[in-house]
Amino acid sequence: MTVTPTTTTPDRPRSYTSALPSPRPHLGHALASEWTKLISIRSTLWTLGSLVVTVVGVGMLFVSQTTDRDYESISFTTPALFGLMVGQVAVMVLGVLTIASEHATGLVRTTFTAAPDRFRVLTAKYLVFSITAFVATALSVFVVGIAASLAHGGAASGAHTADEWLGAVAGCLYVTLLGVLALAIGALVRHSAGAIAVMLGVVTLPPVLGAMLIVWEAVAPIGREILQRNVPVALSQLFGMQEGGDLGAAPSNFSNVLIILLITGATVAASYVVVGRRDV
Amino acid sequence: MIEAVGLTKRYGAKTAVDQLSFQVKPGHVTGFLGPNGSGKSTTMRMILGLDRPTSGQVTINGLPFRELPNAQRHVGALLDAKAVHGGRRARTHLLSIAQLSGIPEKRVDEVLAVVGLQDAARQRTKGFSLGMGQRLGIATALLGDPQVLLFDEPVNGLDPEGILWVRNLMRRLAAEGRTVFVSSHLMSEMALTADHLIVIGRGRLLADMGTQEFIAHNSAGFARVRAADTDPDGRDTLGRALAGAGGRVLQEPDGALRVTGLELPRISDLAHGAGVRLWELSPHRASLEEAYMRMTQSAVEYTSTEDPRAELWEQDPLALPAWEDEPTAPEVPQAGFFAPPPPGAGGKPFLMPSNPGELASTAKDSTEDPR
Repeated sequence: MTVTPTTTTPDRPRSYTSALPSPRPHLGHALASEWTKLISIRSTLWTLGSLVVTVVGVGMLFVSQTTDRDYESISFTTPALFGLMVGQVAVMVLGVLTIASEHATGLVRTTFTAAPDRFRVLTAKYLVFSITAFVATALSVFVVGIAASLAHGGAASGAHTADEWLGAVAGCLYVTLLGVLALAIGALVRHSAGAIAVMLGVVTLPPVLGAMLIVWEAVAPIGREILQRNVPVALSQLFGMQEGGDLGAAPSNFSNVLIILLITGATVAASYVVVGRRDV
Repeated sequence: MIEAVGLTKRYGAKTAVDQLSFQVKPGHVTGFLGPNGSGKSTTMRMILGLDRPTSGQVTINGLPFRELPNAQRHVGALLDAKAVHGGRRARTHLLSIAQLSGIPEKRVDEVLAVVGLQDAARQRTKGFSLGMGQRLGIATALLGDPQVLLFDEPVNGLDPEGILWVRNLMRRLAAEGRTVFVSSHLMSEMALTADHLIVIGRGRLLADMGTQEFIAHNSAGFARVRAADTDPDGRDTLGRALAGAGGRVLQEPDGALRVTGLELPRISDLAHGAGVRLWELSPHRASLEEAYMRMTQSAVEYTSTEDPRAELWEQDPLALPAWEDEPTAPEVPQAGFFAPPPPGAGGKPFLMPSNPGELASTAKDSTEDPR
């Protein structure tokens, strides 16, 4: 076997300088990178596409099957609710995939090697995802709402105020926060299926849990609280569907959004702490 | 310049990297060798700030990786060729990484051209072969045109042209004054590529020296001597003469003698003096692979023990001839070019094989692929 000489040739340069510009990286760079990542994979198209299709499709079906008189008791945005109940799952899946797919493929190592300031990357992920999710949700909700108000805006539909549109915006915010929560869970769990399972539990378990707790006298108040504040109930309320029943006065829209904001905020904070310290 | 000081990483009770201190200097290709599970990848991840050291620290150009002002412009790394999202096209993948540090888009096309992936730029990476994945990984490492480059097993899955290309690329990058740190299992490849070697085993530093020096210090270079078969006593006479002159003599299964500690002219003189005709007197030059095997065999983490087919490839152990009374004694350093490895020479650990059979198994044709 031949071996190359090991003697250090003295004329070798001791360091290398590159001609490329070397700006200090900032959040804007990370935002551009995350936007490129988001739009360059098909799962984004599938999840956001299924969100729009279910919300607009189910909503239009609802609009076509209702009369002006039906809108006396509900908002024009209510038809969007039914699609959104399904569509929120797509938002959560996209939220999880935004980070968990990087962990699944190992891409996260490449990313964190190129950008060792992990908070910059994580913040960019949160911002790009939440803006995209909010815009997609709001667009599809408003398409349905405007269609309903155009088709059924006659005198028989009764009085409608701007409040119901604000409620719908809050509803879109609510769904976006669920997606952000999903992203934070994804960052903590690092596993797509696991994180999606957690998020489905967050959405579907509380109604069951509340119904179980309400049976026992001792924990009945807690059960009642859960039944009034869980995700489907809160969303229905934000979209102008007042829940009937014997649970007492419904909590305000503001308190519903506040609760999800606090839960999401705490999880996001935890994700920053964990991602900053963890070996990847 | 990469500098590690007392680098240690523990996972629970297991110590993956243990008090590792080394320097990787610019202008050279530095090879990073070690058996599987010896802590090479963990060390690389710690250099890149992906794993936190339990203790000790590692700096690049004087700063810990995570404190570099623009890391991508200083350090490029290929850790895992499959670390890409399979649904993303090659060019978009590179673009998204380039954008992280504000690297202009035209640089993406430049590196694609450098690694020869222009035609595959629009393909989704899940359709890539392992070799194409390696090229894409190298392209990612080159994006920032960095001063320091780390490559973990860069030639895995490459065809011969690809291997040659990587070898030339590494040497060119080092010649430009960059620091190039390459881990590999392919000894023949490292012998051709690396100027300097850092060898670890079980997380500890085993050697940190020039490639040539490493081979000289850790290999079993020897002379093969074959006495004429026509004289039945010739071999014994020669063996006794060589042993008497201070040589170490082992008998090969086919009757040839393996001599260490004596230079070729001296062996010839001794044979002449003893009146033995020789049919063969040949130097056996050690390869990097042999040197590496000898150094790391006690540091190998995963060794197979129960292979029912082991007998199919197991060689006859070298016999200890009659004129040798004491078994494997530590060998004496000699100045000859086939000098036996000195015990702990220069403070470097030297690991003697525990039986002569291990020596035999390393004496295969060294140009073979080590896999």
